[in-house]
Amino acid sequence: MSSWINEFSSVFLSTIKDVTPILVVIIFFQLFIIKRQFSQLKNLIIGMVYVIIGITFFLVGLDKALFPLGRLMAEQLTSNSFINPSTDQSVSIAWQDYIWVYVFGGCIGFATTLAEPSLIAVAIKAEQISAGNIKARYLRLSVSIGVAVGIALGTYRIVSGTELYLFIITGYIIVIIQTMFAPKMIVGLAYDSGGVTTSTVTVPLVTSLGIGLATAIPGSNPLLDGFGLIAFASLFPIIAVLAYAQITEWLTRRAQLKRPEEGD
Amino acid sequence: MFNVKNKFLNQIIGSIFDLLPIFVVIFIFQIFVLQQPVPNLGDIVIGTFFVVLGLALFIQGLEKSLFPIGENMAYAFAKKGSVPWLLFFAFALGFGTTAAEPALIAVAKEAARIAADGGMIHHSNAAQLEYAIGLRFTVAIAVGFAILLGVLRIIRGWPLHYLIIPGYIGVVIMTFFAPAAIIGIAYDSGGVTTGTITVPLVAALGVGLASAIQGRNPLTDGFGLIAIASLTPIIFVMAYGMII
Repeated sequence: MSSWINEFSSVFLSTIKDVTPILVVIIFFQLFIIKRQFSQLKNLIIGMVYVIIGITFFLVGLDKALFPLGRLMAEQLTSNSFINPSTDQSVSIAWQDYIWVYVFGGCIGFATTLAEPSLIAVAIKAEQISAGNIKARYLRLSVSIGVAVGIALGTYRIVSGTELYLFIITGYIIVIIQTMFAPKMIVGLAYDSGGVTTSTVTVPLVTSLGIGLATAIPGSNPLLDGFGLIAFASLFPIIAVLAYAQITEWLTRRAQLKRPEEGD
Repeated sequence: MFNVKNKFLNQIIGSIFDLLPIFVVIFIFQIFVLQQPVPNLGDIVIGTFFVVLGLALFIQGLEKSLFPIGENMAYAFAKKGSVPWLLFFAFALGFGTTAAEPALIAVAKEAARIAADGGMIHHSNAAQLEYAIGLRFTVAIAVGFAILLGVLRIIRGWPLHYLIIPGYIGVVIMTFFAPAAIIGIAYDSGGVTTGTITVPLVAALGVGLASAIQGRNPLTDGFGLIAIASLTPIIFVMAYGMII
């Protein structure tokens, strides 16, 4: 019980520390540059308290319940005894032996992204201002699929030892080509969704997976090769969201072509 | 499905559905793939309750405070019409939120160790600390610059990809010249900069500005700040690695 209270108070303090610089900047500009009182100050304060307490509960819960188990699983899945259970340790390990790691990486990337608070925030905002044209749920689903593919590929990269930049550059080229053809209104949102996927929930689990994997693989350096997974998780959602918009547009256009009498 | 009148209760139910996939994945893998029992079930139950409650509270608070703050400041700056102050605010917001970001502090420490192991800097604690702090401020300046640039883009109405695509090309070119040890860290630092409080605030600021300025569309022009803030740290960190 006391460990919960300890954890709670330390997370609470660090959240406060996190919020302070933001509040200082906002209050300074509001009072000295904009020179106006905050309207509905009471509501803002209550909301801020909700945010701080909410983040604290969220992080303590993750730390106590999910992260230890997730980390343990990442270790177990990448450990030698799981990958190569035979006693003959001279058998060389191929990339296929790590198949469960890619599957786990993809699934956990998908699931954690769905719960990522920053993504929920951006999706709510997008649904609000697009007057419901963009559905928050579908946007989050596309981003999650993007992260899933990204993490699965990223873990494969660590195992196969392929250079990080080859994947990243290829990904960039795909994004650039998609940008040329995708509906203009989605581009900003798609690019943004790359940045929001990787925060509180996804990063800790994914990092432990990367480092566990790089530690287990002979010849790879955990400090060098463990990094890079987050870059994958930021790149592939962009592709996924652009693709979501492209597919939606294509389906609408095809539906219109099928019913020309309703066309004009 | 559920017809609940109470907004908060509704939110709790929504949060349960948001978190359900994580549990499904973890339990399936633990039981069927690893074939092991789930440890500390009690902790998991309480922790789950915390996570659900926390997420529901956060989303309530978001609509009550972070969104209105970002939007109101955007409108106030647009009405005031002072571009330099707005840009200064943008920089301060980006810099201030990033310099203290815990995820960044952790990455910077890790990076200092790698740099020391790689012989790029001296092995002493002081040298590593200096390197880590230098890296943190590099990223903070990068994010401050990014928000500034992104706000300027909204004011001027530049298409986002005019900034992003040259940014990508910059990243690619620099990758060939930056020391190998810094590349992974640089790519990851782009992802760790945008925290849970910054993102809603910055998104509301961008969308608010694009709504307040005539001729801008909140959807096409309002988003993109976070994207730029994920890109500039990569460039700045690689530059940092090349200079040090």
